[in-house]
Amino acid sequence: MAEHKKEIDQVTGIETTGHEWDGLKELNNPLPKWWLYMFYGSIVWSVIYWILMPSWPLVNGYTKGLLDYSQRAVATENFDKAAAERAEIGTMLLEASLEEIRDTPALLEFAMAQGEVAFGDNCAPCHGTGATGFEGYPNLQDDSWIWGGDLDTLSTTISYGVRAEHDETRYAEMPAFGRDELLEKEEIIQVANYVGSVAGLPTQEGVDLEAGKVIYEENCAACHMENAKGDLETGSPNLTAPTYLYGKSVEDIIAQVNAPRHGVMPAWIDRLGETTVKSLAVYVHSLGGGQ
Amino acid sequence: MSAWKKHQIFEKNSLILIVGIIIMISIGGLVEIVPLFYLKSTIEKTEGMRPYTPLELVGRNIYVREGCYACHSQQIRPMRDELQRYGNYSLAAESMYDRPFQWGSKRTGPDLARVGGKYSDEWQRDHLIDPRSVSPTSVMPGYPFLMDAKLSPIKIEIENNLKVNALYGVPYTDEQIANANADMMAQAMPDSDAAEGFLERYPEGKYRNVVVRDFDGNPDAITEMDALVAYLQMLGTLVDFSLYDEKANLR
Repeated sequence: MAEHKKEIDQVTGIETTGHEWDGLKELNNPLPKWWLYMFYGSIVWSVIYWILMPSWPLVNGYTKGLLDYSQRAVATENFDKAAAERAEIGTMLLEASLEEIRDTPALLEFAMAQGEVAFGDNCAPCHGTGATGFEGYPNLQDDSWIWGGDLDTLSTTISYGVRAEHDETRYAEMPAFGRDELLEKEEIIQVANYVGSVAGLPTQEGVDLEAGKVIYEENCAACHMENAKGDLETGSPNLTAPTYLYGKSVEDIIAQVNAPRHGVMPAWIDRLGETTVKSLAVYVHSLGGGQ
Repeated sequence: MSAWKKHQIFEKNSLILIVGIIIMISIGGLVEIVPLFYLKSTIEKTEGMRPYTPLELVGRNIYVREGCYACHSQQIRPMRDELQRYGNYSLAAESMYDRPFQWGSKRTGPDLARVGGKYSDEWQRDHLIDPRSVSPTSVMPGYPFLMDAKLSPIKIEIENNLKVNALYGVPYTDEQIANANADMMAQAMPDSDAAEGFLERYPEGKYRNVVVRDFDGNPDAITEMDALVAYLQMLGTLVDFSLYDEKANLR
């Protein structure tokens, strides 16, 4: 625009750019200085960024930049660093027995902290943030256990789950006495009322409890035991327990004998690793039901 | 001739200006997009990715239909706390059969990229029907109608869905496309002849983590709940990270 002569617009007193469209001329109102300097500054910054950071694609790769930055590498490095920091105490934790963990404040503190976080992330959706469970999802605070509440048993249950897709998972399945027609409707009502009477529930009127007892001994006692206290070895619930997983009333028992519901707990060992599982076991053990 | 004089032709002829804009934007776009198709660092080598089974694809469609992506992302970012909570960061290859991908951009709920296998089918069901029943402080809406919405091969036309995917290069075989309707139902019918046929078309070994289960817990009907739970239970479970070469794919 060198050849363009300065021209002042008569009306506004502002210089024109000399650009003319059908006799109309453009006024030269430049952008504010602060805006322009920020604009130039960001151009300069982009050049610095190209030099320092990975940016331009090339034929076989891309410019790595002087810093050779990789977000994945940084994340993995931080992850490994944290793992290394935990490794020492983690190994000690793996080797320690429950008593040793209890008596070693450092170990206990570590296990509880790690266990609490892992519980919140992974276990709370089913067992609740307070570990009190929901219908169909066991309460971990009380004293009734299906597979047992000592540290090793907890550890095994957490590791391999229950009815999960893992070769070593815990497995137990109650027959569907009603759906698969193993018992008559009348017999199911009798046995459910008998179980209810053992569990201290109000039973339905006019039901032959003695007949129910015979049916119980023939069909149920093998797993739930003669005294109805269940068997931790086979994962048979204690029928005299204060809480039932699927509701504690004679109606609920009838439903369960008819077509039992079976919960599934995933196997966590591959997802969380040995140390976290042990911490979780210690944490769950401490919640009140630990044996 | 001044710069202005040269530029005048663009400013005074809108058609030429449009052509100029198209050329400039094309250059910018090509520089950004084309390298993604040939750079080794953007194409990761992974083991285990497989196309969705028809039932999972229906589940994915429900996921999109209900707008799950609005509150759940499916992308674990490469940051330490995310690796700690969700597992390995998401790989581009894990979305290779997603059209469109479900990365999302907002986490009102947690990330779902690796939710597969984390909870039981029963939990997924209870939670979808009434989230508050298992997570008292949840703000997620309930989706109880999924239990009642029976899958109908005629209405869903999953066969066409597979065909379109195949058109885009998803490796569905002709046999899989021809049997898509039957396979959609079969995956939720354990111990049936149909399920055997389904497993023959999606053999273990070649197809990771293909399971036949009654996902919705109702053996009498195959519902949208079956489809959605089947989809959720396979999310993020395909890539075998024991074989994944992290160093080779670092970037």
